[in-house]
Formats: sequence, C-alpha cells, structure tokens
Amino acid sequence: MAESLLSVRDLEVSFSTDEGVVQAVDGVSFDVDAGEVLAVVGESGCGKSVTAMTLMGLTRSPNARFSGSATYKGEDLITASEQTLRDVRGAEIAMIFQDPMSSLNPVQRIGAQIVEQIQAHGGMPDAQARERVVELLERVGIPRARERIDSYPFEFSGGMRQRVMIALALSSDPSVLIADEPTTALDVTIQAQILERIRDLRKETNAAVILVTHDLGVVADIADRVAVMYAGRIVEQGSLDDIFYDPQHPYTWGLLGSITRVDRPRPERLPAIAGLPPSLANRPEGCHFRPRCPHEFGKCQEVPPLEARVDGAPGHQDRCWLSPEQKRELREVRPGVIGLPGKEGVAA
Amino acid sequence: MSAAPPTPDGKLLEVEHLKLHFPIRDGVLFTRQVASVHAVDDVTFELLEGETLGLVGESGCGKTTLSRALMRLLEPTEGHIRFRGQDVTHARQRDLGTMRKEMQMVFQDPFASLNPRKRISQIIGLPLLLHGAKRHGIDDRVRELLGRVGLHPEHLNRYPHEFSGGQRQRIGVARALALEPRLIVLDEPVSALDVSVQAQIINLLDDLQESFRLTYLFVAHDLSVVRHVSDRIAVMYLGKLMEISPAEELYTKPVHPYTNALLAAIPIPDPRENRTRERVVVGGEPPNPIDPPSGCVFHPRCPRATQICRDVEPPLARYPGGHLAACHHPMNVSDEEIQAAQRDEASPHGCGDELPRDVPDVARASGSAGAI
Repeated sequence: MAESLLSVRDLEVSFSTDEGVVQAVDGVSFDVDAGEVLAVVGESGCGKSVTAMTLMGLTRSPNARFSGSATYKGEDLITASEQTLRDVRGAEIAMIFQDPMSSLNPVQRIGAQIVEQIQAHGGMPDAQARERVVELLERVGIPRARERIDSYPFEFSGGMRQRVMIALALSSDPSVLIADEPTTALDVTIQAQILERIRDLRKETNAAVILVTHDLGVVADIADRVAVMYAGRIVEQGSLDDIFYDPQHPYTWGLLGSITRVDRPRPERLPAIAGLPPSLANRPEGCHFRPRCPHEFGKCQEVPPLEARVDGAPGHQDRCWLSPEQKRELREVRPGVIGLPGKEGVAA
Repeated sequence: MSAAPPTPDGKLLEVEHLKLHFPIRDGVLFTRQVASVHAVDDVTFELLEGETLGLVGESGCGKTTLSRALMRLLEPTEGHIRFRGQDVTHARQRDLGTMRKEMQMVFQDPFASLNPRKRISQIIGLPLLLHGAKRHGIDDRVRELLGRVGLHPEHLNRYPHEFSGGQRQRIGVARALALEPRLIVLDEPVSALDVSVQAQIINLLDDLQESFRLTYLFVAHDLSVVRHVSDRIAVMYLGKLMEISPAEELYTKPVHPYTNALLAAIPIPDPRENRTRERVVVGGEPPNPIDPPSGCVFHPRCPRATQICRDVEPPLARYPGGHLAACHHPMNVSDEEIQAAQRDEASPHGCGDELPRDVPDVARASGSAGAI
C-alpha cells in the first residue's frame, strides 16, 4: 500500500497544569489520504481539537509534552522546527476554525487578510493577489465578491464569515484541510450550504479533509472514514458504514443512540448515556468508558488495544474487550433504527 | 408542591399581536429615531396549561426577544400578553413580582447564567429568599430541589465552577423550580451541551413536567431536539410566525416552505439514507430585520415564491387539525384541506385577506415532503 498523505502514529499530548498532568491525547493513530474526508468525532474534552491543533503545531508551549509522530510528506510535524512548520502551515496544511466571529481580524479588510496570507507563501504582486482573492471569494460562494473584498468582517454574517475563513484556508491550495467544527456556530440552513461547499471543494482540489465535529449528522453527510474519540483515545475507527451500521464500541452505540432523528417517529424517551465523561487529569484505569458502560466486566480494568476485531474488515478497529459476537447481541441494532443499546442488555 | 387552581379555559398564557421593535437612533446633539429593528412583528399564540410549545427559528428570528418579552424583561412595543387572564404588558412592578413567581426561565449558557462567586445553596435559595421564605428552611428546600434534578444534595455548598455544563444546567433548572412556577421558559436549554448529556436533560425536563404539571415554552434553533419535548411547535422567521402545528404533524407534513427547508437542512445521521436523499438547500441568508422584505418575509429565499408573495403578506390560514401556516403556496395540503382553510384570528394586522385557494402547478411539481 502506498504511503498515506498524513500519517499519525501513537500521538500523545499532555499538559502540566495546577491540577496535575492532563493527558489530552493518548496514543492516537490514523492516516488520511488525498481526496478523503476523515471525521474525528467526540464530545467536549475528548481531545479531538487538541489532536487537530497539534498537527499544526499550535499546541506547542513550555507546559506541553509530546510523543509519537505525525508524518506529512516525509516530515515529522511533531519534532519539526518552527521554520519548517511555518512553511507547512497555511501553505500545505490549512485550518478552518470553529468560530468565524473571532478568528478574523476585526480591524482589517477581509481582502487584505487573504492577500497577506497569499503573499506570506511566495510573493505574488499585489494586483495579481487581489485577483486571486476575488476568485477565491467567488469559489466559496460569496456574491458580488469584487465589491465585498474591501469589507470588514463585521459587515458579514456568520455564514459569510465562515466562507471567508474557507477562502483564507484555500488561498494557497493546501493538500490537507483541517476543519475544527466548521458549522457548529451556524444555523442549519447555512450549515447545509457550507457543507455542500466543502463537499464540492474537496472534489475540485482533491485535498484531504480532517473534520473535527461532535455532530454525527454532519459526519454521515460528508465523511468517508470516522474516528471516534473518548477521553483522549480513539475508541473506534473505520469506514463511514462500519461506524454507522456495525458499530463495535459501546460508546459509539451510545452516541448513535442519543441523536435525534427528524425522519423517524419519535421515541417515547431519548436514550441517554448515563454519567459524565471523566476529567482528563484523572481518568479511570483501563478502559476509560468503563464507569459509564452498561456492559463492563472484569477485563475492562486493562486497557484494550486498538485493533481490528471484526472478520473481513481490517480497517475497522476498536478498543473493547467484548467479542464481535457478544457486541452484536448486546447492541440490538434494529432494522432502520441505528444502534440503540438498552441498559437492560448487560452482558450475562 | 401546592397545586394552584387550574385556569378555567385552560389557557395559561395568551399573546396577542405582540410587537417588539428596537429603535435605532442617530444624531449627535439631537438624537432621533432613524429606523427600528423589527425583532418581533405581530405575533399571536397561546399556551395551554400543561403543554409544551416548541418555538423554533434561526438566529435573529426574534425567538429569544419574544421569550424575554413574555417575562417583561423587555418592554413590548405593541400588543398584549396575558398570564392566567392577567395583563402582563401593563402590570405594575409589584404585581409583576407575583406574576414572575409563577413564570420562570432557564437560560442557554450554563456558564454565564450562574454567579461564579455564589455557592449553589445561595443561587437556588435566592429566589426563595426574595419571595419571603424563612432563612432556616432554605437549605432543606435546596437539598430537596437538588435531589429532584438529579444532583447530590450534599453539593449545596459548592461553587458553579465545580460542575460540568450538564450539571450546571440542572442547577439552572433547580433554581427555576424553586418557586413552584406554572410556566418555565426554556431558552435553548441544551444547545450548549454534548449530545449524550442533552438527552439526560431532555429526559429530566420531561419527568419534571409530569410531576409538577408544568407548562413549557421551549425555544430552540433547529427542529431536531425540540421534537422530543413539544406538543405543538411554532416556527418563526424574521419576527413573524410562519407555522404552528401539532408537533408530529410538522415533521410529517410541513405546510410552510420555510419549515420544509429547516427540516431538509438537518443532516440525517444515516449515511445510506443521506446518499439517496434529495437535497433541498435553501440559498441566501435571512434578510436584515431593519428593512424586512415586502409581502411574505421569506419570499426572497423561497423556491415557490410568486408575484403575490412579493406584494401581499399572507394571513395565517387554519387548516383542519389545528395546523396554521402563513403561506400563499402551501405544501403537503390536499385540495379539500385548502378549500376548508380559514383565516385565523392570529393573522397579523397588516396581512392580506387572500387565502390560498388552489395549488399552482409549479407547487405540485416541486411539492415534496418525501424529500425529507
């Protein structure tokens, strides 16, 4: 098999804080290929954003400790010098942040912000750079781009600002696009527009997209592969269909079960996952999901390795000690309704 | 809890032609009003005792302004609000105090809505103290309330920062319950929470409603969560009521094209179905509420808009089954239903009298509830 475009191996990130060492990312490994969308899913504090930011070198600080590697075109991004990172950042790997309200400079015209980015990676003459900005703004769907190039961010709505952010990220034709909750701050009708735009752009540019999100609806809409994170670890990863139609980890079942679906009759009660995610400074021994898991048994005190457990699906890996047969029995996938694990179904 | 006598006609809250406009002033020495933001623009609805009304709309549609106006945290420009028959709109401060005891609010942001310097016992106890409870009984009552919302009663001396988002929202709910209200306005109570925790809070709200016969106004920005709690759902757009209907009917049979767009925009967490699903992406963005479009406010974005939509504001038509929608070219209604439609009293003052009388051919061709 050919080398992946970006290959992350055993990535660990921890921060020393007053409360002790916070292990934000704990042994995360994944690959992304060109033209592919990898969704990293999890709830707040699961380490998904820290993983994304670490790839860009944005978590480097005196309190942070790293181990493992993230290889992009032969270069390890974790140990790379600031100079190398600066060349990669923005030019090769670009990022779209969650909050379009606070990630643009409020006192600089949007055109100037994008021109600055273009000129930072190869000095393009001003006039040419401006033409390129107009073209970029049109590509992300901003109407009357030529007139609006000299507007300030406050003159744009949230959806339009997010388009500007995408234009900014695309300005130097990156090979990898990291989108950290790109639609979370937007209304649903605008979210649909932005997702459609990202889908088209991926086709046009053949960039690899790492999409960090908590919304499984968005994942189902756009991802090719999915990594589910919980308390700093990937607990399950596989193709989109693996995760939605043959989920292996009880946490994935819970996530799938607790989402509401507007196209189905409503259930009497929403299935919820009991309890709360653990604090990253004080995680339980063994499987981190153990305290909330209805199917916990003795072996769960040891950390289950992330490995392929389902026959015939080598790319589908999970961290759960139960056998695939036990899981199939426990998760009660009813036809049409995805993964609604009941508390009743505790392992006998 | 003490059971207050039920309101005779079952109407707990009546809102009539409510308008709330924010003035925009300009000038240096002599300020004058140059325009106004039509945040809530002639909205009429009622809340029945014990029901949950979901109020849905995107940012800037006026749903939060409306919910605050109900408590008179904002002064309405025009119209009336009546709570159990009493006028809230013109009530004096003192009467307002007793009314507010029966109407409480839970806010969206569990991090901003609790005072970080107060202990939980003080936060939940304050409304009790303000309404004349004896100091020594308060801690017991707070313990009881904490138990009701699923927190450890012994946590009453902790500070908000010691709790997670979901737990804080439970504290907010406990505070709202403290005075045994009849009505709780929930302003996006789960939007800031993770999905697995959202379900816990929704289920808690469900239980509490049953135990205390509460009436909820549940404000939300999309149609997914609100479905699980609502008996009826109202959809707002740019300060206007677009559609109001029994909850389940709204999902199977949206009449207003805007409701249809809202439903179609929610990504379905099912990859196979997503691949086969017809995508209805509504272009454009909500217009500026300072200068709302003529006629139907949704017409610039509406795929079904015709000339009449640009000229005449549609009245709220009442279809059989209590389904109200303000649209000249409704979807998912049969010819008989259109014939039976009547102009509802809730229609805004400025709207036309013309009821939808036939389904134009274009509408038939693109009318597709099945696309959702």
